[in-house]
Amino acid sequence: MSDGEGRSVSPEEQKMWTTWLRERAVSALPPEKLLPDRQPAYVSSWIYVFGVATIAALVVVVASGMILGLKGPEWWHVTAIGRFFNGIHLWAVELFFFAMVVHLWGKFFMGAWRGGRGRTWVTGAICFLVAIGAAFTGYLSQQNFDSQWIASEGKDGLNSVGIGSFFNVVDFGQMYTFHVVLLPLAVIALVVWHVLLVRRHGVVPPYPAKAAKPAPPSPPPQATPSEGSAP
Amino acid sequence: MSPAPSAPDDSAPWPGPFVRYDLVKEFVVALVVMAALAVALTILFSSPDDSPTTIQSWAQADPGDFLTTAVTELNGTSEIAEYGPPYSSTPEATQKIGPLDLQKWAGVKIPIDTAQNYVIEPLGEIPADPQLKAALQAYQAAPPKLQEAWTGAYEEALPEARFVRGVPILPAGRYGPVAPMMAALLGLAQSGGLDGALVAGNHRFYQTNYTKPLLFLSGGGYFEERAEGQHLLGTQWGMMNETGSYPGQVWLWLYTFWYQVEPFKESPNADALIFALMGVLSLAFICIPFIPGVRTLPRHLRVYRAIWRDHYREGES
Repeated sequence: MSDGEGRSVSPEEQKMWTTWLRERAVSALPPEKLLPDRQPAYVSSWIYVFGVATIAALVVVVASGMILGLKGPEWWHVTAIGRFFNGIHLWAVELFFFAMVVHLWGKFFMGAWRGGRGRTWVTGAICFLVAIGAAFTGYLSQQNFDSQWIASEGKDGLNSVGIGSFFNVVDFGQMYTFHVVLLPLAVIALVVWHVLLVRRHGVVPPYPAKAAKPAPPSPPPQATPSEGSAP
Repeated sequence: MSPAPSAPDDSAPWPGPFVRYDLVKEFVVALVVMAALAVALTILFSSPDDSPTTIQSWAQADPGDFLTTAVTELNGTSEIAEYGPPYSSTPEATQKIGPLDLQKWAGVKIPIDTAQNYVIEPLGEIPADPQLKAALQAYQAAPPKLQEAWTGAYEEALPEARFVRGVPILPAGRYGPVAPMMAALLGLAQSGGLDGALVAGNHRFYQTNYTKPLLFLSGGGYFEERAEGQHLLGTQWGMMNETGSYPGQVWLWLYTFWYQVEPFKESPNADALIFALMGVLSLAFICIPFIPGVRTLPRHLRVYRAIWRDHYREGES
């Protein structure tokens, strides 16, 4: 047996955790599958834009949030530049949710869980719910009247099912930690997992046309077998 | 005329044609567009930042409402005093989901003694006021029934109170030491001292927990009136709104929707029931691929014909 660079792999090396992990990773997602340069022709619909638009908006959210976090929670209340970055953060969040909701509806109407892609849907759906939590704690961290009111209203729902005893929305310190560390990490991890699953299982094919008969296989002129299985 | 190729097995490799697709370029373009949109929207609309309500601004703007709230905190009849877990152990105050009393089971984890925390302790911090000290001692030494009579009389007389330079003037009555205590608390609040006293309780310098002052504020009508003016009340779909005309958390529309309709609208268990309902709906949303009937719904809705219209058109031609 040899590794990716043509060196032979000894039985001792094969027992190494690192070797096992690399081989599993490369086997599940070879480079041409992880970052393909071809897609099935049906991926020409405008709806596919919203998945990448969601990730792009998330990058803007995280970048603007990092600037706000580095300067501290008071900065945006007392400086024009701080207010500017808070505006970018707010609008990027609105764009993020807009793109994500369109993406979700698109995937629903495509039945995108078909063909063993159930986990791709599940990670996306959980990501949407965790992102709602991230945004909620962001609204609580604003330190203005809106955050006061949302905390005062939000506490009743959480207290009514016992969550408020551990997740105290009127405790700014706790909410700020959730907002700038825990929930963004969870959202990013879920997005990465979701994208890797998309790359592994490929984009769901269209439903068969009603009167369609299965067409004879016609491999793409320049596609390699791995490309064919990894759109 | 041959139909568009379609994989009989949705997990099988796509047998049809492929096209060049530059994922990295697409991402970079999307990033530039999203960043530009966020900047453009910021330049056009900025972001809202209504200053928070302080106990000082409340006591100055509506001293009557402040005193009404404060006296109910003192006699233990305020919303927070009777809230139940996690703040107090008031019997029958919890919300239930059928037989499930999750609120009670979670326990009193953030105990708040409204009389001590909101009135007696802050007043005890005011130095060099022998009259106030005597009033506090008299109140604390009195039997509960007498305390109740004093606070009850004071509460009843409050609607007729006048305020002269911030000092409450009430019609003659049997208020005992409650009158000087409340006058002193109002003075402390109007000076801004009560904000500091509630945030920096236990003589701590650094503080990030605003539980006590925020719960105190939320018990008053002034705070709610301000929220109503900003269309933030629950009956105004408040949780998903933002101050001013900005879009807020519009993705909470379904959660907020249930508060507007029966049987939740008037239910004493509305919060718990809606939370449970949203929990079930969220779980169903996650599990769509595994729910018979729902997972095949898109096939019958046929919206996919519009999404992949080029694919089907090519197949038809």
